[in-house]
Amino acid sequence: MRDLLTVSRLDAFYGDFQALFDVSLRIGDGEVVAIVGSNGAGKSTLLKSIAGQIATRRDAISFDGEAIGGERANLLLKRGISLVPEGRRLFPSLSVEENLQIGGEHGRKGPWTLARVYDLFPVLAERRNQRSTSLSGGQQQMVAIGRALMSNPRLLLCDEISLGLAPIIVREIYARLPQITGDGMSLVIVEQDIVQALAASGRVYCLQEGRVTLEGDSQSVSREMLAAAYFGV
Amino acid sequence: MDWLNSILQGVLVGGLYAMFAAGLSLIFGVMRLVNIAHGDLVVMAAYLALVVTQALGMGPLASLLIIAPLMAVIGYGLQRWLLNRTLGDDLLPPLLVTFGLSVIIQNGLLEIFSPDSRKLQAGAIETATIPITPDLSIGVLPLVQFLVAVAMIGALQALFYRTAWGRAFRATSDDQSTVQLVGVDNRHVFGLAMGLSLAVISVAGVFLAVRSNFDPSMGPARLIFGFEAVIIGGLGNLWGTLAGGVVLGVAQAIGAKIDPGWQLLAGHLAFLIVLAVRPEGFFPKVQA
Amino acid sequence: MSGAFTITRGTRVSRILAVGAFAALAALACAPLWAQASSLNLLTQIFAYVALATMWNLLAGFSGLVSVGQQAYVGIGGYALFALTIVGGLHPLVALVAAGVIGGLIAIPVAGLLFRLRGAYFAIGSWVVAEVFRLLASQISSLGGGSGTSLPARIVTGMADGRQAREFMIYWTGLALVMVVLGLTILLLRSRWGLALRAIHHNELAARSNGVEVTRIKLLVYVVAGFGTAMAGALIFLQKLRISPDAAFSVNDWTAFVIFMAVIGGVGRIEGPIIGAILFFFLRQALSDLGSVYLMMLGLVAIVIMLRAPRGVAGWVADRFGFEPVPLERRLASSKPNIESKPESAHV
Repeated sequence: MRDLLTVSRLDAFYGDFQALFDVSLRIGDGEVVAIVGSNGAGKSTLLKSIAGQIATRRDAISFDGEAIGGERANLLLKRGISLVPEGRRLFPSLSVEENLQIGGEHGRKGPWTLARVYDLFPVLAERRNQRSTSLSGGQQQMVAIGRALMSNPRLLLCDEISLGLAPIIVREIYARLPQITGDGMSLVIVEQDIVQALAASGRVYCLQEGRVTLEGDSQSVSREMLAAAYFGV
Repeated sequence: MDWLNSILQGVLVGGLYAMFAAGLSLIFGVMRLVNIAHGDLVVMAAYLALVVTQALGMGPLASLLIIAPLMAVIGYGLQRWLLNRTLGDDLLPPLLVTFGLSVIIQNGLLEIFSPDSRKLQAGAIETATIPITPDLSIGVLPLVQFLVAVAMIGALQALFYRTAWGRAFRATSDDQSTVQLVGVDNRHVFGLAMGLSLAVISVAGVFLAVRSNFDPSMGPARLIFGFEAVIIGGLGNLWGTLAGGVVLGVAQAIGAKIDPGWQLLAGHLAFLIVLAVRPEGFFPKVQA
Repeated sequence: MSGAFTITRGTRVSRILAVGAFAALAALACAPLWAQASSLNLLTQIFAYVALATMWNLLAGFSGLVSVGQQAYVGIGGYALFALTIVGGLHPLVALVAAGVIGGLIAIPVAGLLFRLRGAYFAIGSWVVAEVFRLLASQISSLGGGSGTSLPARIVTGMADGRQAREFMIYWTGLALVMVVLGLTILLLRSRWGLALRAIHHNELAARSNGVEVTRIKLLVYVVAGFGTAMAGALIFLQKLRISPDAAFSVNDWTAFVIFMAVIGGVGRIEGPIIGAILFFFLRQALSDLGSVYLMMLGLVAIVIMLRAPRGVAGWVADRFGFEPVPLERRLASSKPNIESKPESAHV
């Protein structure tokens, strides 16, 4: 499989605090990769670095063969990198439909349209004119995923989409992932819920205290190896 | 009838104040920026109109075809290359930089055009009136000014709530970091908002120049009128700025009727009374 | 434990500077012995501006109350002085102190209104208030209405025996005013309210939730600034001997210049306005013949400083050489050898 994204020897900082140390990983074209790790392991930092929300070295990240580290998020979106941010971050003064529309206005052309997002999450069609803040947490997450899909990304980064949601809602959202990746889109799932993440992905990376501690095949990685990589025991 | 006439004039002048206010409200809404040089930019637009009408021999209203785009470009440039650098958590840099800008514009105009007051000539329309009753009539020019203000606020409202630009403005106002994740460059949006604001006040500047004498020192008072209309109308509501402008215009007209020295004071007092009894303004932003 | 840590506020440099400051103060106090009348006059103007800039800095630099309307209190102070001496028959020096008290009292209801406006809107609101006072002043016909009035000769000559004594008196009043304003500001900032102010500046919401009475502290600061600014205004117009609404409530003279001094000297630092005022007067002596071009240059310099060195000259010096001439915070001074030789002392 051809690499779509490679991260090599990435360090990331918040001011003086170093959050990532020498992180390297690769995401293949059309691949679904899970990134797991405990709270504070650096998962969100990694996604923010890839999506352009944290400054990085130019050659630390390359996408489709081009060095893109540190490029602005709005330009990366046009290249095809889209992030579903932690906590959803919908625009409260925009309606559900407007949140989706703005997602599609500056991205790439492709199969994802309003109609297809409503097809994927029919409940959003019923609530298209409501304010996004009036929706339930699960529905808000659907809007956030739909907003990211509207830009027709080649690489979709999902940060903790199960956070704060009831298990039944989480299962419902995860059940839709195959429909999303069906066209060959690459997907990165960052999760604290390991079982869910392993079931949905082909490969897995584990982060601990800002370092990659495990890389493996999602189906064959053993519980013991994962526990060791996750907790460092 | 005399009083009715004064109040009517006040309402119509309110349209001009609403234009000052709409420009101020727009940039505050999108990027929480208060531009102290706002009034001086209104006066600058008036002087640009003076230059254009004299150089090209066109009428003041026609000159807007040149002035409005020109001011929009100036606004975009000002925001992208200067004011964007001041935005952040600290309140002081944007305030002081626009304050410095105000001093520069005011004294620049003084240097170029001298302190003498000027006026733009619009021809017969200036004195034309529409009689309503034998004692009461409406000036055509004030009426046009008011209708233009209403149309402009309606257009801004439609832009904000019906177009992709408007979505980008509102989304950027909500969350300038996340908006970049949907491909919007917040710095560009800020530039567009300032460009739009200056296009709006260029119309105000031309009407100001046609309706009355103007000189380089007039800017700060225009900023204050716009600000008062914003607060009276309610923060973040474009139609509210029209109501605020009208309240201010009427208060000034009533004050002037009592005693010419009371015109400005009455307007400020109306503002202070609203601040005391209804600090959120008449039409605060509603979560529609 | 003993001697391992000491809590100090002073630094070595600050103590050396304190000695220097006392020497300078002594020299300034004796200035009537060595300076000409015109120099005394100029120094008094500088004193008034240092007082104004220090008060503005207390509001904007330390308390987040960015005002562009402090000319309101300059005008109130000036008009109070004229009213109390002409109508009330008070001695000008008594009237000057009373003018400060009046300024502080007026600040209370004004704060009640203005504190409803947040951030930048507070700034413009403060300007509106200044305009209101200017317009009201022009309605006072007994003080000349819109064209203003002069201080009658009997009041001027009755101040002191002879012209020279009067000049000395005004000069020493100016020096005393600077001392009072600076002393008040330093005391306020070093008190528990000053600590609270820094907490508010750092994070208003967190300070509020920790029980800091944000509004009351801001009110206190605003009233103190009203008091100091009005006294400075009274001094300015005692020196000018003539007042008019436009001069007394001038946004250029009493706010634009004052902000320029604070910005160039260093916003949020005690020594900033002093340095700024001195630099401003040098620039004025050298360039004011240029008229409006000079004002444009001031605006440009303020913008460049705000963008390139937002902490001003004083901040730049502090960053570059790492010293605090007027330390406001206590610092932990540790003596390393002690900790190493007696490890238990670290667990105080």
